[in-house]
Amino acid sequence: MANDIISPENLVYKKPTLMNDTTMHYCPGCSHGVVHKLVAEVIEEMGMSDKTIGVCPVGCAVFAYRYLDIDWQEAPHGRAPAVATGVKRLWPDRLVFTYQGDGDLACIGTAETIHALNRGENIPIIFINNAIYGMTGGQMAPTTLLGQKTATCPYGRDPELHGYNLNITELASHLKGTCYVTRQSVDTVASINKAKRAIRKAFEASMQGKGSSLIEIVATCNSGWKLSPVKANEWMRENMFPEYEKGDLKDTTGL
Amino acid sequence: MVEQDVKLMKGNEAIAHAAIRCGADGYFGYPITPQSEIIETLAALKPWETTGMVVLQAESEVASINMIYGGAGAGKRVLTSSSSPGVALMQEGISYMAGAELPGVFVNVQRGGPGLGTIQPSQSDYFQATRGGGNGDYNVIVLAPNSVQEMADFVDLAFELAFKYRNPAMILSDGVIGQMMEKVILPPMKPRRTEEQIQKECPWASMGRSGDRKPNIITSLELKPEVMEVRNLHLQEKYRQIRENEVRFESHLCEDADYVIVSFGSAARIGEKAVELARERGLKVGLFRPITLWPFPSKQIAELCKGKKGVLVSEINAGQMVQDVRLAINGALPVEHFGRLGGIVPDPEEIVKALEEKLVK
Amino acid sequence: MKKEIIISGFGGQGVLSMGKILAYSGLMEDKEITWMPAYGPEQRGGTANVTVIVSDDRISSPILSKYDVAIVLNQPSLDKFEPKVKPGGILIYDGYGVISPPKRKDITVYRVNAMDKAAEMKNAKVFNMIVLGGLLKVCPVVSTDGLKKALFKSLPERHHGLIPLNMQAVEEGMKIIAQQ
Repeated sequence: MANDIISPENLVYKKPTLMNDTTMHYCPGCSHGVVHKLVAEVIEEMGMSDKTIGVCPVGCAVFAYRYLDIDWQEAPHGRAPAVATGVKRLWPDRLVFTYQGDGDLACIGTAETIHALNRGENIPIIFINNAIYGMTGGQMAPTTLLGQKTATCPYGRDPELHGYNLNITELASHLKGTCYVTRQSVDTVASINKAKRAIRKAFEASMQGKGSSLIEIVATCNSGWKLSPVKANEWMRENMFPEYEKGDLKDTTGL
Repeated sequence: MVEQDVKLMKGNEAIAHAAIRCGADGYFGYPITPQSEIIETLAALKPWETTGMVVLQAESEVASINMIYGGAGAGKRVLTSSSSPGVALMQEGISYMAGAELPGVFVNVQRGGPGLGTIQPSQSDYFQATRGGGNGDYNVIVLAPNSVQEMADFVDLAFELAFKYRNPAMILSDGVIGQMMEKVILPPMKPRRTEEQIQKECPWASMGRSGDRKPNIITSLELKPEVMEVRNLHLQEKYRQIRENEVRFESHLCEDADYVIVSFGSAARIGEKAVELARERGLKVGLFRPITLWPFPSKQIAELCKGKKGVLVSEINAGQMVQDVRLAINGALPVEHFGRLGGIVPDPEEIVKALEEKLVK
Repeated sequence: MKKEIIISGFGGQGVLSMGKILAYSGLMEDKEITWMPAYGPEQRGGTANVTVIVSDDRISSPILSKYDVAIVLNQPSLDKFEPKVKPGGILIYDGYGVISPPKRKDITVYRVNAMDKAAEMKNAKVFNMIVLGGLLKVCPVVSTDGLKKALFKSLPERHHGLIPLNMQAVEEGMKIIAQQ
């Protein structure tokens, strides 16, 4: 009986063809997988599969190149915006994007991030902010919230001791080179749809030469936070959203 | 009559002109003395309006080298330039490029160190250049020009070698060669490669997955040690081939010489004068000049120095290349070092004096 | 023919550009040339020097221990380079910038009062061309024709109107240079 309903006219969901069958190394409950899928869908829908170069970071998404069947470059830690600048300046008709985490983008690579954005490089930057260093085992990130406990601030982030969390997306919205700066999440179906529209807009804007975009995705790291996926989403809504307010911070794309 | 295409320019300017003429696709760099004329000249020449070459001032040397990584990873002919402290900052990217097997060209117009050091000429980055410089077991091809003409000629040569072996190549110059003006005949104009040519020459490049080929991934990462070892062995085999095929050197008046001065780059020019002065005094002295510092002409030095009385390695540092010369000579004859430090460039008399004191006695 | 020349003075006196014009003149006459500045964060008032070698044959070292000709435009330069002139060589100095004149007897010493002459010509900028004229009189390493061609070659077209004035300064230098 089940076989009767598996037919093309009944298809409601399909994995994007750019996503291959490699088993992801991400923890169950992690936001990365969802965002990868959105990126794959957008590239495919734009018909840019053979004209896209992704630049991946050092961090949990270091292996992003294993999962999406496009050309990739794996950048040194924090340098993805510079690597992408090199590619895009030399191949202006290609879609070139970076995919980075908070440590990569807002800590070690702050200079590259700010300057690529400020030069108005036609590059969308996807920024996964989960307020922690996931890959290295849960150390403090530039976006770790005040009071939040991590392996390197086990008693909670104390501004006297560790300084404040960095809201780099707000900063980016003030840069003249950016055309689109937004903060999204992927914790509900509605928010996933919105995040996808944001990624699409940023990618389109880059191909139309409108400047740089920053799409922050406020995300969970249930392993690093030591919470179940469900609890992690609750913790994110309760603690991250008030500090990292969702919505468009800047949009001059006209798209 | 003066030939039309003989120009008078600084070594740094020659690099800029040569880059455009040899079909470079992009230059990314950050100003630092004594090499800022390279990016200044490129900015003034506006090649983006003629050949389409991109010129971009980056926010740092760290960013420059990663722009080179991106451009090279996408199959383009890209170069950067800096001076010693800036090249130190680039080592991360150079190591990544070696690991990912990317062809790119770097120019180091050396100044004295350590640290911020001095803006005056030096050759104290020899170790850094010839031992890889960053983390991991790797080598970059190192060319040491000793004239403005070679500054111009080595840009294309460095690109050719870099692409032939998919390996970073460095032009190791210094403040003397960068700042001095000499006559130069610029290389002929060579068009930038077309997309089809790049696809053919660089089937590995990450430039958009055309047709039904598999994705191209540019990376130096491999977590499985058994796979990483294979990768390393592949690199080592490539380096062996480079050592075998790409050694370049020059010798001057060595046939009848009792003593040989071994010098590279600007020091070799000064050494040539020292040979002149020494011969005026009746000392039979010759000059051996490695042009490639890596691969190092070890066999050639050993061969040429057979039966000589001694070798003086004259370099503008505290004694770096002398180690390679000693390894090459392997105790067969005395090998002494002479150098000045801190941005002082030795004059030819000093070298003759050192030769007399250390070897002739 | 090979002449190894050092030109030294204060920054702002046109030391480097004098060397450059000399180098371009050599280029015009198909000579081998090196122009090697002692570079640095020099500004008006600092010290500047440049080594220019003009030769019929290949030039080895751009860095020298001894010079055929030293042109010194201030006292510190004289103190530094007088001992480095080869025996039988030439030293040229500007009377204005030098308090204690050269003492060596084994070289030929010339004085060119270029600063005074430039003031007389009411144009401080031609100072270095007057000195250069003096050099070409006593050591004709390049011809005045070559020099003129070099000016046309090296100056941007908008400055070509200044060439006659510069050539006049060269002639003045040739007239006023005097052996001491």
